[in-house]
Amino acid sequence: MKIVVAIKQVPARDSQLSIASSGKWIEEADLSYEINELDAYALGAGLELKEAHGGEVVALCAGPPRVAQTILEALAKGADRAIHIKEEASAALDPLATARLLAAALRNEAPDLILTGLQSDDLGYGQTGVILAELLGLPHATIVTHVETLDGGIRVKRELEDGWFQHVEMPLPALLTIQSGISKLRYATLMGIKKAKTKEVRRVTAADLGVAPLAASVTIERTYLPERTKRTQLFEGSPQEAAAQLVEKLRFEARII
Amino acid sequence: MSILAVMEQRGGVWNRMSFETLAAARQFAKELDTTASAAVLGQSIGHLAGELASKLLDKVYAVEHALLQGYTPDAYTIALRQLVELAKPSIVLFPHTYQVRDFLPKLAASLGRVAVSDAVSHRVDNGQVVLVRQLFQGKVAVDARFAGEAPHFASLQAGAYRADQLAGPEPAGATPPAAAVETFTPRISPGDIRTRPLELFRESQRAVDLGAAEIVVSVGRGIQEAGNIPLVAKLAEALGAELGASRPICDAGWLPMERQVGSSGQTVAPKMYMAIGISGAIQHLVGMKASRTVVAINKDPNAPIFEVADYGIVGDLFQVVPALVEALQKAK
Repeated sequence: MKIVVAIKQVPARDSQLSIASSGKWIEEADLSYEINELDAYALGAGLELKEAHGGEVVALCAGPPRVAQTILEALAKGADRAIHIKEEASAALDPLATARLLAAALRNEAPDLILTGLQSDDLGYGQTGVILAELLGLPHATIVTHVETLDGGIRVKRELEDGWFQHVEMPLPALLTIQSGISKLRYATLMGIKKAKTKEVRRVTAADLGVAPLAASVTIERTYLPERTKRTQLFEGSPQEAAAQLVEKLRFEARII
Repeated sequence: MSILAVMEQRGGVWNRMSFETLAAARQFAKELDTTASAAVLGQSIGHLAGELASKLLDKVYAVEHALLQGYTPDAYTIALRQLVELAKPSIVLFPHTYQVRDFLPKLAASLGRVAVSDAVSHRVDNGQVVLVRQLFQGKVAVDARFAGEAPHFASLQAGAYRADQLAGPEPAGATPPAAAVETFTPRISPGDIRTRPLELFRESQRAVDLGAAEIVVSVGRGIQEAGNIPLVAKLAEALGAELGASRPICDAGWLPMERQVGSSGQTVAPKMYMAIGISGAIQHLVGMKASRTVVAINKDPNAPIFEVADYGIVGDLFQVVPALVEALQKAK
């Protein structure tokens, strides 16, 4: 089975974010980056399928030169090769623009299965995977927590609201967006990193792929820190002082304890 | 220009988030000085469409087809694309449900558009709609404006609009005119549908009912590793509380799935909810924001959890939680 896993590099989860002076995006200068966690789960699911059924796992990532680190980590965790779409403005792309790049990069790949996280931790549109399926003419399922192979296709378990699930069957090739917990997150070993450096990374640009930008149907006018509407009573001082004040409020104001 | 709300039903039962979308559609229409209509898809859904007719709408579309009885992204996309051609709405609104997340990006992309997903509010500026979205798990917001030609698409976050505003001020004694119900039969053939949905099911019965607890103490990523969980368990014990968790804790297997609070776990509304090291992504907030008193302990003063917290301590949970256990024991 040939499996492509589309991964994204995002600012590290505990980053303190501030707004760039342009007011259009966050200040990127001092950020550190990591793989989007749901994409790490998708990579894990792809590697498990490969281990069970044989084949190949190809990591696909669009972004500026810094994403080379995330690609290297994916290779160290077990991906066989990678495609890096070099795109400086990747953070400003809407999901249709990103999916058009990904689709073009897969034009000659013919994968059996494409996996990606159900959304990104940065923009959080939750759309790129589904749009990629549409552009490639593939059936898809979203928010997938389990994948099993059938004769000529797959059966997946989709998560729905309120503790409900549903199985969906579909032929291959197909695209799945992956929910957290589907696989065990993997960590790169030293041996893996050493091997990763010898693996193939195909580097392409939007121009190489012949992808011209479309007129945007949504424009982002302003990026800002949300206004807080609720006034939380915050307790300050040492941990002991803050804890004592909180207990006092819980006893005499909220009357809970 | 007109607004279309696409309602969601399953087996003839509304997803009640649909009525938030309906309220939003009417509000958009009012502010843009245009009309709002609604659509419902399925088979034998005349009674649902009839119910919508009294909601002060211009028109109600009953999109009926045998192949819409169970949800598939292919059939829904085809049917809605045809409905959009027929009704020519300028803005199509959806509730941001799991089902909408499954087909809306496909529908919009098939028309060369990008949907504004999970919008939390809007304003009208120069006769155009500006939608607010949250990024970085609620830490950053953006204003997004539709550009180019209609139709435009957006999905609305759960709770962003209030369904009870649908009642609205109506003239006393007068019955509002009922909207015309138009039945529309889209052209769909069985060969268009590539996925086969099977029956819905639930996992085995939950052993832990967090919903019955008076106090829930939940732990999140801030706890850093499985070995630190007992620290928070001790706090729960001191409060006589049930121990809950955010999703990443259960994904990692540090606590069983049945202790998960949030959109994919349990929804709780206890007397007190204490969130320890939980940043407060929307998926978690929807599971606990109806709690009477919310307490948050987090090292990040900008964490969205403080948006719903009544009381908070900004600090290192590894210092604050033991101090809190001690203070509780002293208070007994």
